[in-house]
Amino acid sequence: MAGNRAAVKVHVDHVVKKFQTRKGEMTALNGVDLDIHENEFITVVGPSGCGKSTLLNIIGGLEKPTEGRVLVDGQPVAGPGPDRGIVFQQYALFPWLTVEKNVEFGLKLQGKSKEEAAEIAHKYLKMVELEDFAKHYPKELSGGMKQRVAIARAYATNPKVLLMDEPFGALDAQTRTQLQQELLTTWEKEQKTCFFITHDVEEAIILGQRVVIMCARPGRVKDIIDIDIPYPRDQATKMSPRFLELKNEIWSQVYQEYLSVRK
Amino acid sequence: MQQDEKVPIWSRVPSGVWVLISAACAIALWLAASAQLPAVFAPPQAVWEALISKAESGILLQHVWASLSRVLIGFGLAFVASIPVAFLMAWYDPFRHVVEPWIQFIRNIPPLAYVFLLIAWLGIGQQSKIAVIFIAAFLVMVVTIFQGVKGVDMTLIKAARVLGARQRDIFFKVTIPASTPFILVAARLGLSTSLTTLMASEIVGGDRGIGMMIQQASGYYEMDVVLLGIIMLGVIGICFEKIVRYLERRFTGWQETVQQ
Repeated sequence: MAGNRAAVKVHVDHVVKKFQTRKGEMTALNGVDLDIHENEFITVVGPSGCGKSTLLNIIGGLEKPTEGRVLVDGQPVAGPGPDRGIVFQQYALFPWLTVEKNVEFGLKLQGKSKEEAAEIAHKYLKMVELEDFAKHYPKELSGGMKQRVAIARAYATNPKVLLMDEPFGALDAQTRTQLQQELLTTWEKEQKTCFFITHDVEEAIILGQRVVIMCARPGRVKDIIDIDIPYPRDQATKMSPRFLELKNEIWSQVYQEYLSVRK
Repeated sequence: MQQDEKVPIWSRVPSGVWVLISAACAIALWLAASAQLPAVFAPPQAVWEALISKAESGILLQHVWASLSRVLIGFGLAFVASIPVAFLMAWYDPFRHVVEPWIQFIRNIPPLAYVFLLIAWLGIGQQSKIAVIFIAAFLVMVVTIFQGVKGVDMTLIKAARVLGARQRDIFFKVTIPASTPFILVAARLGLSTSLTTLMASEIVGGDRGIGMMIQQASGYYEMDVVLLGIIMLGVIGICFEKIVRYLERRFTGWQETVQQ
């Protein structure tokens, strides 16, 4: 699996995260090591409480690790920044800005001119097929449309890494499938290092080149599975024997973790 | 489409007509009341005549202006002061822990109770009147704005930080717009509090103001003037409400939730 891989983009180096709670100290992450390669699509599954969101927040710079560190292009992460875009499950669009202004938000902070920001925003709204909704406010959009705007917004600032925290978790099954497909198409068109968290094993396999399985409390990397299904993948892929085989294998590992949490 | 599904006839009446119906009913009730108790409820035509005579002599405008200027200055100062205090409370816990109990304590005291303290301090002139309105409006607004700032969605702040926003950007581009609906609700509550506090502020001394006009007239049993003053206060209140509602539609139409 090595050899033909591109350079390491994100290096997660023995990250430990402990929280102080009223019941005492809680270890959310207990020594996570992970390399994410350039333009790789990596997905993470694990039971709730396995610290997968905490790991994403640490890579994103929104939380500080208790021990260990994260390097992006060899540089230690010191805080959040536009080189690491995040797509949140709750969309996190600014409700007082139109769709277009939401996408331009980060571009203007980067000091881009009005015309340049508008041009880039238009390009990415076109990518998610929402150019007709540029002047609308988020309240006028459906959940799926909102998340497409959030993806366009994250892409617009051209981050080195795209971090996605269960972005389709709040959507209905049909919209979720559609957005998975769109995300794949986008990723194949515009290669980007993606770190995608989900609790849906099918989603993890259909999207990812590698699936990271995390153990519950305290969170650790339990296994990393290579998904040797070639792209382009579509919904028919979900019926292929190899897909089902991988699904079985990953599901049984995740299920063990669910059981261990319940105990 | 079936026709037998009953559509109530009143659902087809336009809202403007309802306003007229409502006003007509109010005047009918008023006429009935004045017929029963002429010593208390002056009839509409008497109030109308009082309005004309007071307006012609210019005294009415002086009263209205005196009250309006007090309300607007007191409210304006309170608005300007409440925003930074509310933000400080939301951001600095020690500040909040010290200041919040004061606010909760004073907020429950009727302004009429402390107006005499202010008069003793500032005299019976304009200052004490504005001070009472200022205090009452400030307390209402600071609480409302504080709730708003405190309730700003953390995910939006995170999203802004991820997109490269610094502390300054977060303040101007996230916290302020996210708090705007609460600031406007605070303005609405603050204005109506200012108006209700006006009477307390005009209770003692002075010679101009709607409150004064009502008090003087009641001393002479000029019930038409008393009623005129009450109606003037109501009209001013509705105008304030309309202005703030307009601003709310203008600036916070993006909100997901229905306006309260």
